[in-house]
Amino acid sequence: MKLNSISVLIGGEAGAGISRSGYLFGKACLRGGFHVFGANDYGSLIRGGHNFFVVRVEADEAYSQGDTVDLVVALNKDTILRHRTELVPGGGIVYDGEQVRLEEGELGGSDLKLFSVPFRSIVKSMGAQEIVENTVALGAALALLGCDLEILNVVLRDTFSEKVAETNIRAAKAGYDHAKANYEGQFQYALGKLPSPGNGRIFVSGNEAVGMGALKAGCRFYAAYPMTPVTGLLHFMASNERDYKMIVLQAENEIACINMVTGAAFAGARAMTATSGGGFCLMVECLGMAGMTESPIVVVLGQRSGPSTGLPTYTAQGDLRFAMHASQGEFPRMVVAPGDAEECFYETIRAFNFAEKYQMPVMILTDKYLAESQYTVEPFDVDLVKIERGDLFQGREYQGSEYKRHLLTESGISPRVLPGTGNAVVRTNADEHDERGLTAEDPQMTTSMMDKRLRKLKALKEELQTFETVKVYGPKRADLTIVSWGSTKGPIREAMRILEKEGLKANLIQVLYLCPFPAEQITQYLKSAKKTVVVENNATSQLAGLIRQHTLMDVDAKVLKYDGRPFDPGFLAGRLREVA
Amino acid sequence: MVTMEELKTPAEITWCPGCGNFGMLTAFKKALVELGIPRENVVMVSGIGCHGKMVNHVNINGFHGLHGRVIPLASGIKLANPELTVVGFSGDGDCYEEGWEHLSHGLRRNLDITVIVHDNMVFGLTTGQTTATSQKGFKSKSTPFGAIPLQLNPLAVALTSHATFVARGFAGDMAHLQRIMVEAIRHRGFSLVDVFQPCVTFNYLNTWDFYRKRVYKLEEAGHDPTDWAKALEKAMEWGDRIPIGILYKEERPTYQDELVHLGGPVAGREIGEVDIGPLMKAMT
Repeated sequence: MKLNSISVLIGGEAGAGISRSGYLFGKACLRGGFHVFGANDYGSLIRGGHNFFVVRVEADEAYSQGDTVDLVVALNKDTILRHRTELVPGGGIVYDGEQVRLEEGELGGSDLKLFSVPFRSIVKSMGAQEIVENTVALGAALALLGCDLEILNVVLRDTFSEKVAETNIRAAKAGYDHAKANYEGQFQYALGKLPSPGNGRIFVSGNEAVGMGALKAGCRFYAAYPMTPVTGLLHFMASNERDYKMIVLQAENEIACINMVTGAAFAGARAMTATSGGGFCLMVECLGMAGMTESPIVVVLGQRSGPSTGLPTYTAQGDLRFAMHASQGEFPRMVVAPGDAEECFYETIRAFNFAEKYQMPVMILTDKYLAESQYTVEPFDVDLVKIERGDLFQGREYQGSEYKRHLLTESGISPRVLPGTGNAVVRTNADEHDERGLTAEDPQMTTSMMDKRLRKLKALKEELQTFETVKVYGPKRADLTIVSWGSTKGPIREAMRILEKEGLKANLIQVLYLCPFPAEQITQYLKSAKKTVVVENNATSQLAGLIRQHTLMDVDAKVLKYDGRPFDPGFLAGRLREVA
Repeated sequence: MVTMEELKTPAEITWCPGCGNFGMLTAFKKALVELGIPRENVVMVSGIGCHGKMVNHVNINGFHGLHGRVIPLASGIKLANPELTVVGFSGDGDCYEEGWEHLSHGLRRNLDITVIVHDNMVFGLTTGQTTATSQKGFKSKSTPFGAIPLQLNPLAVALTSHATFVARGFAGDMAHLQRIMVEAIRHRGFSLVDVFQPCVTFNYLNTWDFYRKRVYKLEEAGHDPTDWAKALEKAMEWGDRIPIGILYKEERPTYQDELVHLGGPVAGREIGEVDIGPLMKAMT
């Protein structure tokens, strides 16, 4: 009997409610006190095709999905055929044997356990809609795992309206009863009761964590155009628009979004937009304008496979250099790349602070894997990051002589006054300008203004000395030092566990702030490392290039993956072992 | 209250002598004086082109933005702080070429902003190329053999995009233009004002004389600006007689009127105490 550690894959056609089922199952397990990691996989279509959601449930922290699956919940035959090879020996398949005929040999030679539950007949006899077949399947899965059905019922009640919840509860019970009556004790996996149920831990996606960070930061203006993988963020913000007394607007395109956001920021609202690579291409000109006009905007770039439209619903880390260099000319900006949902929350709040304090665009770099995966995290500490708006005058009447929006100062930071303030003319300009924001083309002013804007980086870099721009996980002294950024953090930490069991000591240097690049910190870590390897979800190892550029140091090896899928920990551990 | 003197800036004017922009600049300043809105509560936004320099020459809050993006930029400012009067200046290249996609959406959104288009039917700042409002056959450096497509009709498009205020002015009649600007800014909703503004350097066709011979005032011709079908008819009029004045005007709730939950401008609001507790609870 394998207790309290399982990976469940729920699969079926698009439109069958796969993601929702996975989420519900994960949340039920979370309520039971487990650590849950959920990741979805779907193509760029709405009906048909194949979707699946993997839920990994552990008594201890689960940083990512695993390599294998213990139980497949198959809503169609395709799911079984596609995922049978991922099942461990002794793994189970819950399916509707009345609808799916498995020919001899189709499963291969492994000792898989088949649990047929007549989803469709059950739903028909209930007089319910086909869509609740997935809930019948969930109920059956919970019975196989020896769980109390009530944990799912509570989640169903919390998620759906009363009527829909009741239908789903009945469906779950029917599936549960069928599996219990026919298969009790036949599956070697079980989820038991844990001593500490939950502790208020939350089940949150990267997108939602960014959204909550934005709300907490006081973001009052959000404009976006739908685009995977950050469409979920638009939905999240829109659903909270009224409760948080903010403006959420879906504009005609990404150019409109970022220009609106810049206008709102100029007027004094904390403002954000989010997009993916293609949409960010359209935003690039305005990103430069935000730099030039010293407008504090926050841009979320959720990466997906490129180039061009690439794999629209799959993950990648191919836009790091793009984010750092996007737009013509030279201007200061920040790029931060959270590695999990917790960092998504805190770094988003900080992004707004940095944007206003240094009056520059700040980019939050996520990706499909981070944005849409579900993480189990401790409740966010809402007091951890204080709101800091920098040198911002918020009175009604400006005191003093003529206000100059782009005053040349030693720090490079010009005091900010908002339009609508008495005795102040607040003028800015996408063209090079003088202190008053009037167009200026003479060489002295051009040089002074460029120097002024770039001086802000000095102050920013000084402040960043007090931040964890680079995070380290694992032992101080290690045989192998992994360097990475963003969402690869989860699979890397899982891989480190595997390697540790095998006696290979590895640690991780996670570069959280990529621009300005924390060259000194990285140099220190690399100097004391025995052997270094960069892990990235891209083909050209952009981080290794940055390290070389900023530290004149080469890493010893690179492990790269660019097939649209995140690293699985076992696979990654294998690759790391090869280079160690 | 603001005076003409207070609206002056030290910036040197770099438009060609005889440019239609001079009349537009004066008409706008006079409109501001006439409106009497406290100076700090007005923001002007401009795009790129000869018109874009307007921001340098009026001493009020201003944002000289990118080419073609006047409407979204002005919209963001207005959305964040509806207490500001926001006036956008754009050109035919800026608004009807580079930023064309924003016009219909801006109109149907109906924010309470004004967009004044310096329509000289030619690219001026890039030294003379054909634009979307250049007439078919117009010869320029980019179309030496004559422009092939037909010209766009922005006013007709505005009317079919649910515009609530559509007008056309002529830089050669400053007093009339001033009156249109005042009406446009006073109008609650998106106001589009297309202004014939002859480019004396690059447009040999649509000259001061061209317009003086043709324009007539709608209000003198008994036009009823509440009649949408008639307005569309007038928008289609082009030839020996070309109408100027207010084509159409309609009262409709603005975008912001429907954002009833906001309870005041989001800009400048206290943001220190946001409770995300309920959201976290829903995720447990």
